[in-house]
Amino acid sequence: METTKNYFFMDMSVMLGRSMRHIFRSMDTIVTVTIMPIALMLLFVYVLGGAIQIGTDHYVNYLLPGILLIAIANSVGYTCYRLFNDVQRGIFERFHSMPIARSAALWGHVLTSLISNAISVAVVVLVALLMGFRSSAGILSWFAVAGILMLFTLALTWIAAIAGLSAKSVDGAIAIAYPIHFLPLISSAFVPTKSMPSGVRAFAENQPVTSIVEAIRSLLSNQPVGNQIWVALAWCSGITLVAYIFAMRVYKKRTS
Amino acid sequence: MSQNEIAISVQGLRKSYKNVPVLTGVDFEVKTGSIFALLGPNGTGKTTIVKILTTLLKQDSGNVTVNGFNVSSKPDSVRQSISLTGQFVAIDEILTGRENLVMIAKLRHLKNPRQVADELLKRFGLTDAANRRVSTYSGGMRRRLDIAMSLVGNPQLIFLDEPTTGLDPEVRIEFWQILKELANDGTTVFLTTQYLDEAEQLADRIAILHEGRIIANGTLPELKKLFPPAKVEYIEKQPTLEEIFLAIIGKKEEN
Repeated sequence: METTKNYFFMDMSVMLGRSMRHIFRSMDTIVTVTIMPIALMLLFVYVLGGAIQIGTDHYVNYLLPGILLIAIANSVGYTCYRLFNDVQRGIFERFHSMPIARSAALWGHVLTSLISNAISVAVVVLVALLMGFRSSAGILSWFAVAGILMLFTLALTWIAAIAGLSAKSVDGAIAIAYPIHFLPLISSAFVPTKSMPSGVRAFAENQPVTSIVEAIRSLLSNQPVGNQIWVALAWCSGITLVAYIFAMRVYKKRTS
Repeated sequence: MSQNEIAISVQGLRKSYKNVPVLTGVDFEVKTGSIFALLGPNGTGKTTIVKILTTLLKQDSGNVTVNGFNVSSKPDSVRQSISLTGQFVAIDEILTGRENLVMIAKLRHLKNPRQVADELLKRFGLTDAANRRVSTYSGGMRRRLDIAMSLVGNPQLIFLDEPTTGLDPEVRIEFWQILKELANDGTTVFLTTQYLDEAEQLADRIAILHEGRIIANGTLPELKKLFPPAKVEYIEKQPTLEEIFLAIIGKKEEN
């Protein structure tokens, strides 16, 4: 007899196709995910940037890593919303009463999040290039940056999955995005932490976003990455692992 | 009755939610190719039974087989041979009607998903709306698409949980027609309903669920016999199913 495992990748690609269609058919998703961080980048570079002293050549070079993280944080809110809808509208129930691997539906959303974020990150980087962003980084450094961003996306996506699967209302499902939005603001994403008062500085320097931003920044500007990259990777993989375990637990609970 | 004439067999089914017993020993059988209606007011555990039979929920105890497969030990085999139309329309609003059907056909690993989709669209009168997004569909069209999605791959047994709740009377009658045709073609239909007339109209057998147990199970004439015979007065009035239901509940509570 054919087992569901043999079809796992086929089923998942159907799921992936479905949620990718969702993304391309709802304009507001595309707009918020790419336009908002681009607008923020324009605002900071052309309006506020002149007053921000960071001691490097071009502020956009300093700013880009943080903007990329904000773009990713923005889009996982939608992953959360789509998952919530699937649970709420009984679509998962339909899938689960069919002979398909149960986790295929969930992985479809996670892959969609990875792909759509890769697209929006590419668009933001292109706009940054137009605004004068330049990098001396080699191909390996770019791969490293892509890897860190992917891990960061995975970490946030699994957190979003917990919220989307367990939320009781749309508002609850979306609320997950707010604290994630705040983290880049209280980090070295926009200004160096040394300008901050000691309490805030202590928080900013020890939260995940700062180490991720610093690691990407060093890679892009061809500086030695030092320990930051390991701290960044440890944060990303740690959060991914914990969030994944919790998300799977919630998922099993909701579907058994 | 031989094994393959029985589509569903439930023995001693129990289920509690956090110490609140919902099902306290449910027993029934459903014959292959028949329409079986599970009748009961809201909150009596009809949906819980459907969820257990469709492998979405695990029972606390009891023996449940669907198409000869045990739901606890062979859930994959059960899922191969059934389909579920839930209480709420479970369709993808952002996709078109055709895309919804093609998606399900692909997930059922059929060889020609597009052809299957086109046939079902035609059968359910949705061909003209096939390429429109489902979010533009009317309530009746959504329900029809929902049921069409359940029929992808011709499952031997379909479960419908309160399928006509919220449908206008015209669509309801049209829907009954579809179910009768399905049963004629040999598909087993298990439906739950809180509408007595629906059970009367459709079902070969009716089971009444009350306080976690099946308190009556039979054909409509059999159930009518459970009611005290009509007294000859000026007018002889046949009891409606509603009266039977209330009478049976009344008897149970007296005991």
